[in-house]
Amino acid sequence: MRVSTSWWLRLSVVAPDRAAVAFVRALRAAGLDVPVGSTVTFAEALAEVGLAREASLYWAGRATLVTRVESVPVYDRVFNSFWHGRSVDDEPPSVVEEITLAVEDDVGDDQLPHHETDDAAPLVVRASALETLRAKDFAACTSAELDETHRLLADLRFTRALRRSRRLRPVHRHGHARGAHLDVRTTVRRSLRAGGEPVQLARRGPSTRARRLVLLVDVSGSMDPYTRALLRFAHAAVAGGRRVETFALGTRLTRLTRALSSRDPDEAMARAADAVEDWAGGTRLGEGLRAFNDRWGVRGVARGAVIVILSDGWERDDPAVLTEQMARLRRVAHRIVWVNPLKATVGYEPLARGMAAALPFVDEFVEGHSLGSLESLAQLVGGQP
Amino acid sequence: MIVESVEAVQAALAAHTYLADEGLSTAVFLALRLHRPLLLEGEAGVGKTELAKVLAEWTGGELVRLQCYEGIDVSQAVYEWDYARQLLHVRAAEAAGTATAAIEDELYSEKFLVRRPLLRAITDAGGDTPPPVLLIDEVDRADDEFEAFLLEILSDYTVTVPELGTFRAAVPPIAVITSNRTRDVHDALKRRCLYHWVEHPDLDREVAIVRARVPGVSERLARQVAAASASMRERGLYKPPGVAETIDWALALDTLGRDELTTAAADATLGTVVKYREDQERLRREGLDELVAEAVGRGA
Repeated sequence: MRVSTSWWLRLSVVAPDRAAVAFVRALRAAGLDVPVGSTVTFAEALAEVGLAREASLYWAGRATLVTRVESVPVYDRVFNSFWHGRSVDDEPPSVVEEITLAVEDDVGDDQLPHHETDDAAPLVVRASALETLRAKDFAACTSAELDETHRLLADLRFTRALRRSRRLRPVHRHGHARGAHLDVRTTVRRSLRAGGEPVQLARRGPSTRARRLVLLVDVSGSMDPYTRALLRFAHAAVAGGRRVETFALGTRLTRLTRALSSRDPDEAMARAADAVEDWAGGTRLGEGLRAFNDRWGVRGVARGAVIVILSDGWERDDPAVLTEQMARLRRVAHRIVWVNPLKATVGYEPLARGMAAALPFVDEFVEGHSLGSLESLAQLVGGQP
Repeated sequence: MIVESVEAVQAALAAHTYLADEGLSTAVFLALRLHRPLLLEGEAGVGKTELAKVLAEWTGGELVRLQCYEGIDVSQAVYEWDYARQLLHVRAAEAAGTATAAIEDELYSEKFLVRRPLLRAITDAGGDTPPPVLLIDEVDRADDEFEAFLLEILSDYTVTVPELGTFRAAVPPIAVITSNRTRDVHDALKRRCLYHWVEHPDLDREVAIVRARVPGVSERLARQVAAASASMRERGLYKPPGVAETIDWALALDTLGRDELTTAAADATLGTVVKYREDQERLRREGLDELVAEAVGRGA
């Protein structure tokens, strides 16, 4: 930390409480989510550590205002600019073109007959149009059709793969259920009703729990026609269940779970687009997967989970890295599903270097070019083909 | 116990062979002064759990540890009734002919209450004894529902047992929560806590830690081992060594009677510091000679 006295000047002209509030406001403006309660704690903390040293000010703020390590760079930046009046220059503003993703939808809207006019159309026609749409490749869809698929994707229901849980649940069947233990607590409670006689034995047995679903979505340029639909698919998965994690794979790894947690699909898409800095750029699948394994996967996120990788398998780097990382993932994951939109193309062979390298580790290799194929994928991840 | 300053915390922890940097010391100081739980996140082996143990040694409070796991619930974390004894008690009363309506109150008295860690941490506080140190370890392994429940206890340090009433901590326990980040801890819980991300220590601090923890080790060996660990961390291993591994490594070399890191010694003891086959293979392929030479150079 640089030694400076300008922060002290700032503090001495205003009351520490007001400086604390202003600092929190600056953090919020920079995108940090700081609840009101934390501001109060921060002010209390300042009173405790005193203002004699800048390091105390820094660490008191870190301990009370930051709740995740990813926020530390933002905190550092705002800390410097706020207390030292240093301008926030070195950080590039978030890339504007990312947002075209959300904007394109609007452009499409102008060109198609509005939804209300559909009322008069016979139901049969809509149903058969839906069938056609189901099978149509996203890359060949008009923007009107894409809008429609996006709406349908939002309603997608997922089945979820189950595993045995450590948590025991009451077993209601009489007789000996497999693996059930005597539930003494409940038995005694019931026996008190019968004058202390354990007439009815209560049991608790193993239960099942949904496996975590992890979606890794390739957002590189070659996947462009499919990325939006696949992210909508990811959003439907996140909205439908709690145990879903989503990541974007491009030249770098971005966690999208938080961005996609918004209920409104359009808002979620806009946030996801904001979060991904390398939209429609290159692919470094192996490196992205390594980052995922290092930071999330092997630590716990991928353990016993169903992993779905949505990618065309184009890899610019050495495919050996991808092989190595797929092997690592294979050892902790329950099942790996690779979704490749190109698979539906007539005469497709998995010749892309990355695809060939990854294939030996994949349990299911499916297509994901159309609404219909994504619908069957939603069933597949639950173990029901 | 009243702590005066951040420096006092740092010195007290150091006296119990825990060398904390300024950030961690500030977080601990604030947790003690503001009576807030401290949430520690960081790589495995950076000393998150150890901090709670050292806090207990320092303050003289009892260490109450709750290891979280999937499916943990109230009966394992807070309290349970001793059913076997309750049944025996009922039978004995029946045999003696003293079983009256009042027996139910007797059954649900503190005599038959089994205190699990969270209740212990709350009821053991007070009187002349220092407050207990409540360690809630690896909270990310427990279910979300359990976290919500923890939040309730950590907000006002009370536990309600329906049959008995509410227990309130006379003095709030010193609460330390650790997470390995296999999933995000809920925001509501984080808001209640002070947060600190524990980093790997820098070279000098790590040398000091090794020397404090492995008393027999020479300055030279400690420095070489710490330098080698630090350089392993830069190589993008699957599981880079934590401080715990560096300490184990120094201990292993010391036990073997080495007072210097050599390629042969490093090769023989590599399993104490690097615990993935791929990582070991990679270090050997890239050359242990070079790693050791570099570490000896940095340690000189």
